[in-house]
Amino acid sequence: MKQFMFPFTLAFTGLAILGALLAPQNGLTNLALLVSVGLVSLGKIPTAWRSGLLAVLALALTVLLRLNPSDKLAFYGLLAVLVATFLLPNLSTLVRVALGVAVLFIAVPIAGLTNSFLFELGIQIGIFAALALGLNVVVGQAGLLDLGFAAFFAIGAYTWGIFGSPQAAEFINGFPASGLPGNYLFLFMALAIITAAITGVLIGLPALRLRGDYLAIVTLGLGEVVRVLANNLDKPLNITNGPQGITPVNRPDVGLLLDFLRAVGAERLYGRPIDESIAYSFFFYLLVLLVIGVVVLVNIRLANSRFGRAWVAIREDEIAAKAMGIPLLPTKLLAFATGAAFSGIMGAVFAAKQTFVSPESFTLQASINILAFVILGGMGSIGGAVVGAAAVTVLNIGILKDFSDLLNTWRQTGVTILGYNMANLPPQLNPAKYERLVFGLILILMMIFRPEGLIPEQRHRAEMQEARQEAQEGGAK
Amino acid sequence: MTFADLLAILPQTLLEGLLLGFVYAMVALGYTMVYGVLGLINFAHSEVFMIGAVIGLEVFRFWGNPEAPVISNPLLLLLVALVFAAAGSGTMAVLVERFAYRPLRKRGSKNILVPMITAIGVSFLLQDLTRIYAALRHNEFNMQYRTYDVLNTVFELPLQTSIQFKGIIVIAVSILMLIGLTYLVNRTKLGKAIRAVSQDMQTAALMGINPDTIISRTFLIGGSLGGVAGVLFGLLYTNVTPYSGVLPGLKAFTSAVLGGIGNIPGAMVGGLILGQLETLSGTFLPFLTNGNFGTEYKDVFAFLTLVLLLLFRPQGIFGQNVSEKV
Repeated sequence: MKQFMFPFTLAFTGLAILGALLAPQNGLTNLALLVSVGLVSLGKIPTAWRSGLLAVLALALTVLLRLNPSDKLAFYGLLAVLVATFLLPNLSTLVRVALGVAVLFIAVPIAGLTNSFLFELGIQIGIFAALALGLNVVVGQAGLLDLGFAAFFAIGAYTWGIFGSPQAAEFINGFPASGLPGNYLFLFMALAIITAAITGVLIGLPALRLRGDYLAIVTLGLGEVVRVLANNLDKPLNITNGPQGITPVNRPDVGLLLDFLRAVGAERLYGRPIDESIAYSFFFYLLVLLVIGVVVLVNIRLANSRFGRAWVAIREDEIAAKAMGIPLLPTKLLAFATGAAFSGIMGAVFAAKQTFVSPESFTLQASINILAFVILGGMGSIGGAVVGAAAVTVLNIGILKDFSDLLNTWRQTGVTILGYNMANLPPQLNPAKYERLVFGLILILMMIFRPEGLIPEQRHRAEMQEARQEAQEGGAK
Repeated sequence: MTFADLLAILPQTLLEGLLLGFVYAMVALGYTMVYGVLGLINFAHSEVFMIGAVIGLEVFRFWGNPEAPVISNPLLLLLVALVFAAAGSGTMAVLVERFAYRPLRKRGSKNILVPMITAIGVSFLLQDLTRIYAALRHNEFNMQYRTYDVLNTVFELPLQTSIQFKGIIVIAVSILMLIGLTYLVNRTKLGKAIRAVSQDMQTAALMGINPDTIISRTFLIGGSLGGVAGVLFGLLYTNVTPYSGVLPGLKAFTSAVLGGIGNIPGAMVGGLILGQLETLSGTFLPFLTNGNFGTEYKDVFAFLTLVLLLLFRPQGIFGQNVSEKV
C-alpha cells in the first residue's frame, strides 16, 4: 500500500495542476489542488520531491490567484503551502526561506493588491498570531494560566490610540489638536512595548503569588478591570472617551509606498488605479509581517535561553525549580512582561490599522479566544501558536462567511437538497452568526481527540502520550 | 445628595445587596460542588444556569399564557417552572459531563488546561444553541419574563425599606438550598460517597464506589441548583438572553473563590459578600466621588477586593490550606 503513495500523489498533483490551469474558474479543480497540498505534506514522499512539489503547487496557486484574485480556495491553498513549508521536518532551510518569501511577498501581494480582503485576512491572522505568541510565552512555556490577556493588547492599542488622535488634546493643554502625526506610530510601537510590559509587571506582582485556578480568576478579574477602566475613563478627565472609543487614529504616511507601487507599474499590471486605501492595506500587511518576524525571532531566542529553560522548569515542577535555585517571582514576572510586550506592540499597530479603538475589542471573549489559539495550535510551540491563530481566523472570517453566502444563494434560488427545499430554510439560520457554536464544537472535539494541539511541542506530546498510555493500561487491568 | 440621604438609603441598599448576593450564592454552589469533586472550573455552569432561566421562561409562557392559562395560580406556576428548570438544567449538566468531561478523564491527562478549555467550548456551544432556539422559536434575542402582580407585591419593612414578594422567595429558596445541600453532603450516603470521591477517586473506587456515577450525580445536583437559580434570576431581573449566564456566572465563580472554592458554606458567604460589595459600591461610589466614578466601577471594586483578599488569604475565606506534596 505504502509504495503506491508516492506515484499516486505525483499523478494526482499533476492532474490537479493541469485541471486547474485548464479550468481556472472551477471550484472543483481548486479543491483538488488543496487535496494535493495535503497529500504532498502528509504522505510518504522523498524530501527532495516534497520540496519541489510544494514549489510547483505554490506556483500553480499563485497563477490561479493572479487569474482570479477573489479565488478563496487558491488563497487557502497558499496558506496551507506556507504552513507545510514551515512545519514539515527535513526540508532544507533554503527551500523554507525561498518558499516562504515567495508566498508572503510575491503571491499574496499579487492577489491582495486587487482583492484587499486577502490583505485583511493576512493582517488579521498576523495580529492574532502575535497575541497568541505572547500568550504562548505565559501559558505555554511558563505554565501560568492568564485569562485576562486582552488587557495588554488594549494597553498597546490605547497607547497609540490616545496620542495619535485628537483624544490627547482633551486632557493635555497645548497638545496638537489632531494628535501626533501618523509617522510617530513607529516610536509609539516601542513605547507600547514598554507600557504593556510595565502593566504586565503591575498585574503580575499581585497575581503571580497565586497559582493555578486562583491565578486564572485573578488575571480574569484584572483584565476586566482594565476593560472597565477603558470603558469609563471619560470622566473626570476624558482619557479614553469611554464606550464610544477613539477615532480617528492617525496612520503613518504611505506616500513612499504609493510612489513605489506606481513606479514599478503596479497600475498597468492590475489595470486599475492604485489608491491610498490599497496602499494602506499593503503597508499594514508588511508591517504586521515585520512585527511577527521580530516576535518569532525573539520568541525562539528566548525559548532557548536561560529564561526559557527556567520557564519550562517552573511549568513542569514549580517546587523542584525553586529547589534548584530559580527565583520564582522574577522569572514568572519576566514571562508576563514578555508576553505583554508582544501583544502591546501589536495593539499599537491594531489601533493605527483600524483608525479606531474601543473597549469592545478587549473583552473577556477576546482573552479566551487568544487562549484557544494557543491551545488549539499546541501549547508551548511557536509554530502552533501561529497556526492556531491562522486556522481560527480563516475559519471565522473566511470559511463560515462563505458558507453562509452559499446558503443564502441556495435559499434565494430554492435549491433542493435531499428532498428539502432550501427556500424553506429559516432566515435566522445564518452560519456566519454562529461562529461561537462551531468554535465551541472544535474546542471540545480537539480536547477529546487531540488535546496536545495541532502542532504539539515535543515535551508536551511526550507527556500527553504517557498519560494516555497510563490510562489505557489502567483500563486493561 | 447629602450624608443624611445616604444614611436613609443604606438599609435598602443592604437589602438589595442581600438579594443579589443570594443569587450569586445559588450559582456559586454549582461551581463549588464540581470543583470540590473534580478540581475543575466548570465554565459551562453559567450556561446551565442560563438554560434554567430559559426553561422557566418557556414554562411561564406555555402554561401561563394569559389568554388560556393552564395553571392560573402564579405560585403554582412558579413551582412548576422551578421543577422543570431543575430537571432540565440537571440533565443538561449530566450530559455535558458525560460527553465532554468524562472522555477527558478516561484519558488521564494531568494538564488542568484541557478540561478548562473543554468547559469553555461547551459554554460557547450552549450559548449559540440557545441563540438558535430563541431565534427560531421566538425570533428574538431578548426574552422577557411574564410579570405577575402577586409576585411583584411590595412589602413595606421598617427603616424605609421594602421588598417584593419574589425577593422573599429568592431568599427563602436559596436558604433552603444551602440547608438541603449541607444536609445532603454531610448526612446522606450519597454525600459520603461524594466526599470520598473528592478525597481520592482511586481509593473510593476500591471501596466499592463508582466514581463515574457519583460525579454524574454531583453534576445533576449542581445543575439543578443552577436551573432553580436561573428561574429566580429571570423572575427578579425579567430579561433573559442567551448570554445572560456569563456575567452572573463570573461573579458566582468569584464568590466561590472568595469563600474558598470547594467549600459549600464558603460559596454562600462569598456570594453574600460580593453582592454587598457590588451594590454598596454601585450606590455610594458616584456619591463619594461627586459623580466622577459611576456605578460601572462596581465590578472593579469587586475584583480588586478579590485580589486583595487572595493576596492575604490565598485559599479564600473558608478554604483549607493544602500543603504541597513533593
